[in-house]
Amino acid sequence: MGIFGKVKGLFNDKDKPKEFAIDKVDNSDSKSKNLLSDKQKLGEGLKKTKKSFFDKLAKTVAGKSVIDDSILDDIEEALIASDIGVETTLKIIEKLESRVKKENYLNSNELNSFLKEEIGTLIKDSCQSIPNISDPYVIMVVGVNGVGKTTTIGKLANKFKSQGKKVVLGAADTFRAAAVDQLVIWAERVGVEIVKQDMGSDPASVAFDTVQSAKANGADVVIIDTAGRLHNNVNLMRELGKIRNVMGKVIDESPHDVMLVLDASTGQNAIEQAKQFTAATDVSSIALTKLDGTAKGGVVIGISDQFKIPVRYIGVGEGINDLQEFSKQDFIDSIFS
Amino acid sequence: MFENLSLKLEKAFKLLKGQGSISEINVAQTMKEIRKALISADVDFKTAKNFTQNVKEKAIGEKVLTAIDPGQLLTKIMKDELASLMGSEFSEISLEGNPSIILIAGLQGSGKTTFSGKLALHLKSKKNKKPLLVACDVYRPAAIDQIGVLAHQVGVDVYEDREIKDPIEIAKNAIKHAKVNGHNVVVIDTAGRLAVDNEMMTEIANIKSGVKPDEILFVVDSMTGQDAVNTAKSFNDILNFDGVVLTKLDGDTRGGAALTIRSVVDKPIKFIGTSEKMDGLDVFHPDRMASRILGMGDVISLVERAQQQFDEEEARMVQKKIAKNQFGFDDFLKQIQQIKKMGNVKDLMGMIPGMNKAIKDVDVNDESFNGIEAIIHSMTKKERANPNILNGSRKKRIALGSGTTVVEVNQLIKQFSQMSKMMKMMQGGGAKQMMQMMKGRGNMPGL
Repeated sequence: MGIFGKVKGLFNDKDKPKEFAIDKVDNSDSKSKNLLSDKQKLGEGLKKTKKSFFDKLAKTVAGKSVIDDSILDDIEEALIASDIGVETTLKIIEKLESRVKKENYLNSNELNSFLKEEIGTLIKDSCQSIPNISDPYVIMVVGVNGVGKTTTIGKLANKFKSQGKKVVLGAADTFRAAAVDQLVIWAERVGVEIVKQDMGSDPASVAFDTVQSAKANGADVVIIDTAGRLHNNVNLMRELGKIRNVMGKVIDESPHDVMLVLDASTGQNAIEQAKQFTAATDVSSIALTKLDGTAKGGVVIGISDQFKIPVRYIGVGEGINDLQEFSKQDFIDSIFS
Repeated sequence: MFENLSLKLEKAFKLLKGQGSISEINVAQTMKEIRKALISADVDFKTAKNFTQNVKEKAIGEKVLTAIDPGQLLTKIMKDELASLMGSEFSEISLEGNPSIILIAGLQGSGKTTFSGKLALHLKSKKNKKPLLVACDVYRPAAIDQIGVLAHQVGVDVYEDREIKDPIEIAKNAIKHAKVNGHNVVVIDTAGRLAVDNEMMTEIANIKSGVKPDEILFVVDSMTGQDAVNTAKSFNDILNFDGVVLTKLDGDTRGGAALTIRSVVDKPIKFIGTSEKMDGLDVFHPDRMASRILGMGDVISLVERAQQQFDEEEARMVQKKIAKNQFGFDDFLKQIQQIKKMGNVKDLMGMIPGMNKAIKDVDVNDESFNGIEAIIHSMTKKERANPNILNGSRKKRIALGSGTTVVEVNQLIKQFSQMSKMMKMMQGGGAKQMMQMMKGRGNMPGL
């Protein structure tokens, strides 16, 4: 049995002692040290039903001494199937090819860690905690229709409240039918305050009121909901810019965070979304929703790389607690699971 | 100056030369580009691979118009095939029962409720029906309020029951209510659900068996990526839906999910959503969708323009001349004018896949040809018909007359003779077959 046969055995046999498990084989590499515990976390957060990529890869590699085109094809397919996109995929594959050429030989463990490293360099590290400032910390939430902005806000509010922070929500989606009602229900559920006006009123005015009231009442965090809008709608994007700007009149530097909500099942169009929302509102963080489905959300890798925006949260369910802080390592692992 | 120009010329020659027929080799690059374009448009990896492969196999051996290259022709064939795959016949929704029951299903945030409202309006105003909207999303906060607001906006009745938490019971009661109150269509809006959520998928299966819908519509966001293949398959396995609704097409997504879904479950796309307003509902145009998905430059219109502008009679003459080795500068001039007729040169080149980037910073305009035209115009008729007689003193005169230099004249002559050789080489398809090709691609065998 050649080395790849052995490797294959390791991949497939789950009863092997732990020190032989794939996660530990790489522990000469500092970046991979936390793999096992991350994988356990991943198991709780992101339950995926797909056949393991590395199982498949091991089968392809078995009996071969070099990484050939069919292996590269498999890798390419796995990357593309997770919505990483053609450009980013080719970037990774090219690097892999040149590395294979240089070292002449890579076994599948090395391949595994190489891929994870490469993808890791593309994702910007995310800073998690809210800085201590005297004024309320203002988060403005933006995104296209149906990505889960309001649900994310509900979960975020719950998260901050459980950290002992005083939260105020601003219902600046005054357009979509029952959007205000939806946020009101979340506010009641979490037990936080909400500032709202009638449907159809000026969203910038709602945002202004919310920030002003939060400041007057000594709140810690303000979260502003906005109406979903397609990023190629110039007028609606301009409106968003106006909502953003008006808050600075109450609190300098606010909003402190403009959070773009992306749906994990969205494909390459998410790149254009990131581009246009950033142009209109200076997006500073990303929340990736609906990761509890089969979608991998790989498009954020290219986005994080291209626009240098960190992914801060992931949504993994409709429940109030189904919001996790983004972990780069878990996310990369999930692409190959 | 001339180097630049000859580079431009070379590109223009590409347009002129044609390469006989489609073969494995001359479309290899185009195949790659098309596959890349499909994947970038969010077509599923395997679907893209199979689709391009199938179409290529069908297209191999197809004769190519002189004015376009095999890659461009393949792209055109690809687009036609894509459109036909996407559905050639318009399929209506079934409104047979009384009341007829329409069940709406899909992922969270795909636009089910908005679509339900639009559909109700469509049924009311275009089909003269009296629809009843049913609020069966008992989970998402304010979902019932949302459909109530929409029902009010479009002026139809809504059925809701905030006391009952079981959507199957609500749906059944709604149908009873519809019968009593003379509603002839019942539109059941359901909660968004993930394909991997067994409990929720069982629920929608139970709604289906409980109300026996005449029509089940699967609503999907046109921005969906590679996951469309999983989602569409799972929903179809459970529901065997009748049609697809593609939403948010007023965005700038290429919408490759449409092709994925079509090839995975083979169900027609019945409606598209084109705005948040209640009248933003459209029937599906397979042709437009195909162009949108391919979206690579605009090869298709290039090919069509080439077909329109190509003078068949002239082409036959040129063909004869090449065969007899009589292709002269006058013919060359005509070719240039033909290109110019097709439109702005830079635009034309920009339509060629991969070319757009290459010429982005190059200043190509119709004036690029002015120097060449001037040189040719400065030649006598005899010289144009028989370039071999061009000697030193003739070249000097031509350079002087055209305001160029002898070097430039020489360059052009060299280019020209290379091109003539090339044209002679690729001869062989025969004028007759080329003529057939030029008559348009409407009745191509196998398509």
